[in-house]
Amino acid sequence: MQTALGKVAPPSDDRRWKLVSATMRRHGHRRDALIETLHTVQQSFGYLDQDSLRYVALSLRVPLSRAFGVATFYHYFSLKPPGEHTCVICMGTACYIKGAQLLVAEIEKSFGVKPGQTTADGRISLLAARCIGSCGLAPAAVFDGEVAAKLTPAELQGRLHRWDK
Amino acid sequence: MTLDQLHHITAKESAARQNLRYQLDVCVAAGCLSSHSDRVKKSLEEVLAGREVKESYRVRGVGCMGLCSLGPLVSVEPGGALYQSVSPADTAEIVEHLDYEPLKRLQCPRDLPFFERQVNVVLENSGRIDPERIEDYVAAEGYEALIKALTEMTPAEVIEQITRSGLRGRGGAGYPTGLKWGTVAKAGSGSKYVVCNADEGDPGAFMDRSVLESDPQRVLEGMIIAGYAVGASRGYIYVRAEYPLAVTRLNAAIRQAKHLGLLGTEICNTTFDFDIDLRLGAGALVCGQATALIASIEGQRGAPRPRPPYPAQVGLFECPTLINNVETFANVPPIIRKGGDWYAGMGTKKSKGTKVFALTGKINRTGLIEVPMGMTLREIIFDIGGGVPEGRKFKAVQTGGPSGGCLPEQFLDMAVDYDSLAQAGSIMGSGGMIVMDDGSCMVDVAKFFMEFCMTESCGKCIPCRAGTAQMYNLLAKISEGAATQGDLAMLEDLCDMVKHTSLCGLGQTAPNPVLSTLRHFRDEYVAHIVEKRCPAGVCPCPAKEGGR
Repeated sequence: MQTALGKVAPPSDDRRWKLVSATMRRHGHRRDALIETLHTVQQSFGYLDQDSLRYVALSLRVPLSRAFGVATFYHYFSLKPPGEHTCVICMGTACYIKGAQLLVAEIEKSFGVKPGQTTADGRISLLAARCIGSCGLAPAAVFDGEVAAKLTPAELQGRLHRWDK
Repeated sequence: MTLDQLHHITAKESAARQNLRYQLDVCVAAGCLSSHSDRVKKSLEEVLAGREVKESYRVRGVGCMGLCSLGPLVSVEPGGALYQSVSPADTAEIVEHLDYEPLKRLQCPRDLPFFERQVNVVLENSGRIDPERIEDYVAAEGYEALIKALTEMTPAEVIEQITRSGLRGRGGAGYPTGLKWGTVAKAGSGSKYVVCNADEGDPGAFMDRSVLESDPQRVLEGMIIAGYAVGASRGYIYVRAEYPLAVTRLNAAIRQAKHLGLLGTEICNTTFDFDIDLRLGAGALVCGQATALIASIEGQRGAPRPRPPYPAQVGLFECPTLINNVETFANVPPIIRKGGDWYAGMGTKKSKGTKVFALTGKINRTGLIEVPMGMTLREIIFDIGGGVPEGRKFKAVQTGGPSGGCLPEQFLDMAVDYDSLAQAGSIMGSGGMIVMDDGSCMVDVAKFFMEFCMTESCGKCIPCRAGTAQMYNLLAKISEGAATQGDLAMLEDLCDMVKHTSLCGLGQTAPNPVLSTLRHFRDEYVAHIVEKRCPAGVCPCPAKEGGR
């Protein structure tokens, strides 16, 4: 991947790498741009795979161990590809007090996935968030980026089954 | 940008306002947005577009009005009518009522204690200005404090006002802000940084999110003034990636401030340069700790390091660094505008000013409030929050997130400030206040927080990494009704050890939820251990309350 001149070529000719390299350029390829760059990779590709981590590490001249260390340290980064749809259940204190664990149990019962897992058919990923800050409207969940407030188990089922078709 | 130019913008804004017959403000902060206030706003615009002289109506998106539980909220000027739980289907009716009596069916009374008992300093513009327009902020006396500081005051005089105000760090620890600024100002003359900690990791807290979404310019202004006072020329806002709306609005705010010459080089025609950049957090509670936050901005794992040296001496990129929380910076512009003594006139002897709280949990009116320090918990929970719903009984209020504690009924008449909360076994924290009723089990709550601290421990020091896991296991055992009195003794020993030997605040405060529930609700622990019974009927104990 590394050429004689030290310039690193992206893993493929996917156009999304242009976004990634733009982020690195904006930060002057400084090492402290690692987290910002990984954010761009995840935003563009949905997750961080080995190729992307290697590319970013080489480009910013940080040890591969550090790139992996950072990627695994922070909960926001995912090393697995997400499902077609993502449901994030907020498990912050306010949501917990208002029964968020019942929502998680509901999904586990009907879809057989725990937080952090994706259904076998790859349609739905279930995630648990620490707190999404919608505490005034607990319990809350995020369906493909859209926040749903004061969620009941029945509504949750309805939304997920709509995805499952 | 000079004061005259600033006033010119203000005059233009108020002239535009005078040509309006009605202005309808729709809350577009995260809370109301998740109840689809964006659709309400669009529908209002459509209805008004069909009216004659449509130029005399304006629909504006504004920041958080506080009463999240009744959103989406719409307010009408003049008249001051406030509508609650508005849906797109209601908008035509609201518009028809503009020239007559307010629409009773949806009206939310303005004289609720929820609104009347509040004193708004940090939230003075929240719900009253469009967070995406710098002109709105300027028209509300925005950036007057910055110009005053840059043109009439020396950096030392700015710090003097902050010190006089008695402002203490709003992130939780309550360190005197003036003292911190003074330390950074004295720390040599090389490069320095100002960092805004917007990594609001405490679950159940959304004060910072709301301030960033409702009034982002105020935070920028506070940071620029801080930069001038301590001699820094670069600032970073470390904001959670989980707050995409706050990130968008901050980016827009920075762009607009630069455009008006309030940020960048030679600010307001002086020799002072200051720039602000965003850094996205990536979901790690420990990054709320100053030294871990610095590591994260430098692009590394968010592991804290021993102090001293303190960040004020050796911080970001090894330079002296001022780190304050969002709410602390948001307090700065009004203090500079009105003087430190004005601010010190509010609050208690040792805790001055006001505090923003996120009121959530089993309470009737959930939302965001700002009250003077020293108000009692009873006033906050029962007068402002409207008490516990459905005839259930108040059991405890949790403050300070995973670092705080649960306070039972006998503390309700305690005045809320940094010191009284600490004495009662909790902490002020960043301002999350979660009310629990008799349906919550305190062992289960302690277990919930310990699970949180266990997962969030960065793993650098052993007391926190291993201690939180051991404490979690013991709490799980108690909650399953499988523990002995010996386990309880061991749990207490571990609390003491982890509290006194951990490296950073996360570990040092992780035992607090256990310690405070043990102090105030020991009988519940004993019921789980001796009678194998969960009094609230939450835990998977063999003998359930009222069960077989």
